[in-house]
Amino acid sequence: MSEKQLSVEERNKRTLKKLLIWAVAMFGFAFLMVPFYNVICDITGLNGKTSSTAATEVPEQVVADRTVTVEFITQKGDGISGEFTSETKRVKVHPGEITLVHFYASNPTSKDMITQSIPSVTPGEAARYLHKTQCFCFDQQTLAAGERKDMPMIFYLDPEIPRHINQFTLSYTIFDVTERVAGKNNSVAVN
Amino acid sequence: MSTAAATHDDHHDHHHAPTGLKRWLFSTNHKDIGTLYLWFSFAMFLAGGFMAMVIRAELLEPGMQFVDPEFFNQMTTVHGLIMVFGAVMPATVGLANWMIPLMIGAPDMALPRMNNWSFWILPFAFTILIGSVLMSAFGDGNPSAPNFGWTFYAPLSTKYGPDSTDLFILSVHMMGISSIMGAINVVVTVFNMRAPGMTLMKMPLFVWTWLITAFLLIAVIPVLAGAVTMMLTDRHFGTSFFDAAGGGDPVLFQHVFWFFGHPEVYIMILPSFGIVSAIIPAFARKPLFGYASMVYATASIALLSFVVWAHHMFTVGMPLAGTLFFMYMTMLISVPTGVKVFNWVATMWRGSMSFELPMKWAIAFVVLFTCGGLSGLMLAITPVDFQYHDTYFVVAHFHYVLVTGAIFSIFAAAYYWLPKWSGVMPNKTLGELHFWNSLISANLLFFPMHFVGLAGMPRRYADYALQFADYNFWISIGGFWFGLSQLLFLAVAVLCAMKKGEKAAAKPWDGAEGLEWEVPSPAPFHTYDTPPVVK
Repeated sequence: MSEKQLSVEERNKRTLKKLLIWAVAMFGFAFLMVPFYNVICDITGLNGKTSSTAATEVPEQVVADRTVTVEFITQKGDGISGEFTSETKRVKVHPGEITLVHFYASNPTSKDMITQSIPSVTPGEAARYLHKTQCFCFDQQTLAAGERKDMPMIFYLDPEIPRHINQFTLSYTIFDVTERVAGKNNSVAVN
Repeated sequence: MSTAAATHDDHHDHHHAPTGLKRWLFSTNHKDIGTLYLWFSFAMFLAGGFMAMVIRAELLEPGMQFVDPEFFNQMTTVHGLIMVFGAVMPATVGLANWMIPLMIGAPDMALPRMNNWSFWILPFAFTILIGSVLMSAFGDGNPSAPNFGWTFYAPLSTKYGPDSTDLFILSVHMMGISSIMGAINVVVTVFNMRAPGMTLMKMPLFVWTWLITAFLLIAVIPVLAGAVTMMLTDRHFGTSFFDAAGGGDPVLFQHVFWFFGHPEVYIMILPSFGIVSAIIPAFARKPLFGYASMVYATASIALLSFVVWAHHMFTVGMPLAGTLFFMYMTMLISVPTGVKVFNWVATMWRGSMSFELPMKWAIAFVVLFTCGGLSGLMLAITPVDFQYHDTYFVVAHFHYVLVTGAIFSIFAAAYYWLPKWSGVMPNKTLGELHFWNSLISANLLFFPMHFVGLAGMPRRYADYALQFADYNFWISIGGFWFGLSQLLFLAVAVLCAMKKGEKAAAKPWDGAEGLEWEVPSPAPFHTYDTPPVVK
């Protein structure tokens, strides 16, 4: 039946249905933006997140005529009362050179604690040239009561790192995720 | 005509028009629902305005005087939310309800019962939102009302949000459902209910701009609903969309929010373009210059609005290519907007102009909206945006486009169509006083904000450095003046509602065009039961 032969009520119903489907689809699109954003970030380093898996390839060469300064900063998220710091605050490295940096975290409380550290690189475009072969941020780290833990991180810079990046900052924020791991809801912070 | 038939008709009419409270509660009549929307939005305008008065009272002098900073934050937040979702959007929906069926020769909106529902959700949504403010005001700030700014960025609204954030989430969901249903109704009406001969390119521009607005609403309000749903699950159900500790990203919130937020600002301004495009030709006594280009310009603005959202967040750090893309796309919007301003001015050019109240508001709109558009162009330039970001310059910009833009045009529409709605002319003396006081006070209120913004005064703080004291004093004086001036409009509207005033002819403005002027004033309860023929 063509559109013209339908009564106005019928046509209204049809248009209504189409528009409702569109509205529901756009609601779904909002959630689709989440994986889409993550993919874009992986490709472009938009949000400064470094890869969450260990690099397995060995750099082909060391670019000895270039040095890049890498700075390390550490921040403590909610629930962390102990120490979280890096042994080195800044290193000068040649792209391709494998470097080890020690981070330390402590748990002065009397309860075991599960922590997760989240990396972030500024400027974000440097993130995808930072390859870590080992990092405490790949997994959740358990800090026993009273423990001070040495958490090594081994990285190298991609020899392809663009010439204009000669300095960047790698930040780690450590969070207490004990409750989250235990399956409890992250309760709303009480002001 | 036989007497029996006439009596039967009378009876028929009477049967379908309940009186008293029931008339409004159960109404499926587009004119009644339009009236409800308009009164509701004006009430919200006064409520949001009252919160602005609290803000300006606190900022009258440096230091803390009236409210504590925590309550100040709640005021800026809820002021913004009420003005956007409670005042401007329902006002334009009210105008659409009243005018679109009249303009296209339809007997009513296509889905009258849904129309009733979409209005009656709103009072409940805003009772919830304003309820959280009342609890805070009378509970000494405990529990706090939403306090994270109308943009409710995570993690302020997730991890650090007060308990009332859940009330906020519920009320935003309800407002969203109302807007989506209102928009669907407009699209269905315009697509299926036009009078014979009313082709798309013969529709009045107000109908066109509203049709495009409705499509924007259906596209982005669900995204807003998605954003608040993610907030809700982050707060209570253990997800981590915006929580870095669980692998999420707070910046993602800003992307999702502004993907809704930028089309949202066009949702608020496009109907205004339609209003002004109806009024200027009427009082310049010339057809609108460049009708087709107006339609295409509106559509281009709507399409571009989907690819500019990140200009609200240049400072989060983006690759150079990203900032360039969003900067150029944003600046591109000034081309279709420029086409519109050019067309309005060209319509006035060598017209036989007269300056009745609607025309005064419309001309003020053209000048002051352009002023707000120019500061928008400045903000679009990425490197300078780093300096202007989150300063009073931004506050000045969006109040020029929303107050002297959207709200001025809504007043223009009210003065233009009040004779049709009420059957009496709006009181001229009060109207003139309302216009001139609003015009001068709005500029005293918003123009100096450019200066303090450029000098570095940040927005959303309850206090400021001493160097900004003089400007802020005068901004506050402008604020109180503007706020009080709006009570004059309350008087105008009440007088019209009480039918006190000069009786209006079916077409009270001699240059006006369109089907809405073919029906008597006030417009009868039922119009165009038999569709008119459009040549």
